[in-house]
Amino acid sequence: MGKKYGVLALQGAFIEHVQVLRSLGVESVEVRLPKHLRGLDGLVIPGGESTTIGKLAVAYKLVEPIRRMAEEGLPVWGTCAGMILLAKDIGQGRPLLGLMDIVAKRNAFGRQVDSFETDLLVPELDEVSIAEERGYPFHAVFIRAPSIERVGNGVLEIACLPDGTIVAARQDNLLATAFHPELGGDTRFHRYFLHMAR
Amino acid sequence: MEVEKGTWKVKAGLAQMLKGGVIMDVVTPEHAKIAEDGGACAVMALERVPADIRAQGGVARMSDPELILRIMDAVTIPVMAKCRIGHFVEAQVLESLGVDYLDESEVLTPADEEHHINKHLFKVPFVCGCRNLGEALRRIGEGAAMIRTKGEAGTGNVVEAVRHARAVQGAIRRLQNMASEELMAAAKEMGAPYDLVVQVAQAGKLPVVNFAAGGLATPADAAMMMQLGMDGVFVGSGIFKAADQPRRAAAIVKAVTHYNDPQIIAEVSKGLGEAMHGLEMAAIPEAERLAVRGW
Repeated sequence: MGKKYGVLALQGAFIEHVQVLRSLGVESVEVRLPKHLRGLDGLVIPGGESTTIGKLAVAYKLVEPIRRMAEEGLPVWGTCAGMILLAKDIGQGRPLLGLMDIVAKRNAFGRQVDSFETDLLVPELDEVSIAEERGYPFHAVFIRAPSIERVGNGVLEIACLPDGTIVAARQDNLLATAFHPELGGDTRFHRYFLHMAR
Repeated sequence: MEVEKGTWKVKAGLAQMLKGGVIMDVVTPEHAKIAEDGGACAVMALERVPADIRAQGGVARMSDPELILRIMDAVTIPVMAKCRIGHFVEAQVLESLGVDYLDESEVLTPADEEHHINKHLFKVPFVCGCRNLGEALRRIGEGAAMIRTKGEAGTGNVVEAVRHARAVQGAIRRLQNMASEELMAAAKEMGAPYDLVVQVAQAGKLPVVNFAAGGLATPADAAMMMQLGMDGVFVGSGIFKAADQPRRAAAIVKAVTHYNDPQIIAEVSKGLGEAMHGLEMAAIPEAERLAVRGW
């Protein structure tokens, strides 16, 4: 049996994740209701508007089942809005899943005119890199992006901006990126996430 | 490490993040909160909704910057604002306020009857309306990072939104079936940049996100536009001209997420109260139609 990955498809850039996962040869399904969570080997929470996704997740009773599955070890990856939904602390407002021991800050870099692209050094990706990719920077797209202000014990900082701002982290089966690996052509973060499930 | 802002990738990328969502017209900070609480993925800050612009007549312009700033302060979701077609100084002003997206909109009175804004010159991304594929590709050629079908704003009548969505999707399907040597003639006929025509023929879709707009009033309207292949919806007068605004806002958001699930659309449509009254197209004189503005 091949692996099956879900992408939370309540709102936002979910198709992009589905397409990258399929291009890597794994089955990928859209998750809108709790019944779609059955039999998953991993779940991606995509970028979009965190308030919108959060409200729909509550309305359609997805919060408890996702929390339970993650606590039982299901790999979960949040990008941008998804990272906010994973965080235990988001400053103002109530966290949604409250799974990951990070302090996330919404719109940390300002409004849309401050959205940016930059290269990041991510040594952790060497785990899943082929020879010619090794040591090569990851081109990251930040859109009204959040940042990680602090990480707790047992959380690995995976990528930082030159000023030290944390923009990617991992805690056991949980992965968070403030940027959008699904928008570029580089699939290393997706391969890294698939690797976490093994 | 170099940091680049205002790139095509971040402009088109924000539209990708809005997909599967509802962008709501709001005229006060209180409306903006209702929209955000209802699950809107962005709001359009305006002085008057299109139904009122239509009723009151006169020249419709960019909204008061103070109102836009108050709406920006009221919510954390992206805030869009409208400038007149061709009015590049209104666009500069709105960009300076830090608005997240600009709509160069036919709902306002055009400032230039020949030219649209050169949107490549701006860091802020633009969304523009279209009635067909040629118009969509001309706007993308000028730098629009997001497209919406025009529909007929302020009518509560979805018929024009359907017409425009079908026109775009049908034209894309026809391009896909053409031989490569036929694409130049197609580009000439629809008045669209050749390289974009080739790109659409190969990809089978627009190079940017395309939302439905203009006349949507019910959850079923919104879900139908999604089933017709739109990436998300704008709802203007349809929410704040209806009876129970918070419930209608939340219902339309749910219908867009579950657009393929008639049981859920039925559930959210129950007891919503009166929808906006709406206008029959035949009742609107040609000269008062907004969709024909834009070139």
